[in-house]
Amino acid sequence: MIRPHDSIIVQTLGRFVIPVVQIFGLYVLFFGQYGPGGGFVGGVILGAGMILSVLIFGHDASRSQYARNVLHGDGVGMLIYAGVGGLCMIGGGEFLNYANLDIPGLETASRRSLGIVLTQIGVAVDVAVTAVSIVFSLSAEEIMEDSING
Amino acid sequence: MIFSYEILLLLLMLVTAAGAIMVKDLMSAVLLLGSYSFFLALVWAWLGAVDVAFVEAVVGAGLATVLFLLTLFRTAPKDTRLRRPPPSLTTLIVFPLLGVLLLYAANDLPGFGDPNSPASVHISPTYLQQSYQDTHTPNVVTSVLMDYRSLDTMVETVVIFASGIACALLLRRHG
Repeated sequence: MIRPHDSIIVQTLGRFVIPVVQIFGLYVLFFGQYGPGGGFVGGVILGAGMILSVLIFGHDASRSQYARNVLHGDGVGMLIYAGVGGLCMIGGGEFLNYANLDIPGLETASRRSLGIVLTQIGVAVDVAVTAVSIVFSLSAEEIMEDSING
Repeated sequence: MIFSYEILLLLLMLVTAAGAIMVKDLMSAVLLLGSYSFFLALVWAWLGAVDVAFVEAVVGAGLATVLFLLTLFRTAPKDTRLRRPPPSLTTLIVFPLLGVLLLYAANDLPGFGDPNSPASVHISPTYLQQSYQDTHTPNVVTSVLMDYRSLDTMVETVVIFASGIACALLLRRHG
């Protein structure tokens, strides 16, 4: 169980820094096609922003509610990634061959570009949820009692 | 006299890595490891691997430090007491030999940015020439990772997913 941090400096800084971190994470995620970045890094930065919120404002604060709700999305990222692969198979091609995504009005290269964007979102969701989930697992209250009793 | 940022960064990395091993207090060791990761990220950025630098800075210096600290806070002092037996004779002989062997082998590596190295003559030219026509993605690294090597990346994602599930199963007792 993480309690809110006492210091007003940390709390005020957190209020300013966390939105910036989240926006930067989204930027890195979607800019991955044009510059350095991509799904993995973007997801990790998004997750780090949520973890920062949990560390500063505690488990129970309304600001951490989003990070807690994110935990319900365990597996959604994998579903997006594999789902794109499945859509490619439905479109009549190999698994994860984005050229077969069945979207009318797009040429092959644009379909592959779209497939890259979708799978990157999948990776980012998966990584962000996993990072937050590990922190929540490590800071759950039961562990402390166990280590004292055992 | 060769002086560059590279030498300075490598020295800082060596000092922080040695410090993380030698220091008595586990908390200081964790923080030193975080700074080591930060310097490593600077080295990656200097080498032009900005993606890797991003990951190293966020995961190595940020997330791993947080996870280590959370673990330290949740464990009793008796679990984290350092027991450091003196190194055995085998360690003292084998590891310097291994280091010498690796240094000897490093002589045969191609130079940094060598256009004739095996890695840059095999399939990289094809990717560099064709990836924009194929995928409309200016960043070749992304198009290789997410399109040409998509299945590999998917299984990497499965690994991350499995690690999260394993942590939840091992550490959360109720719900």
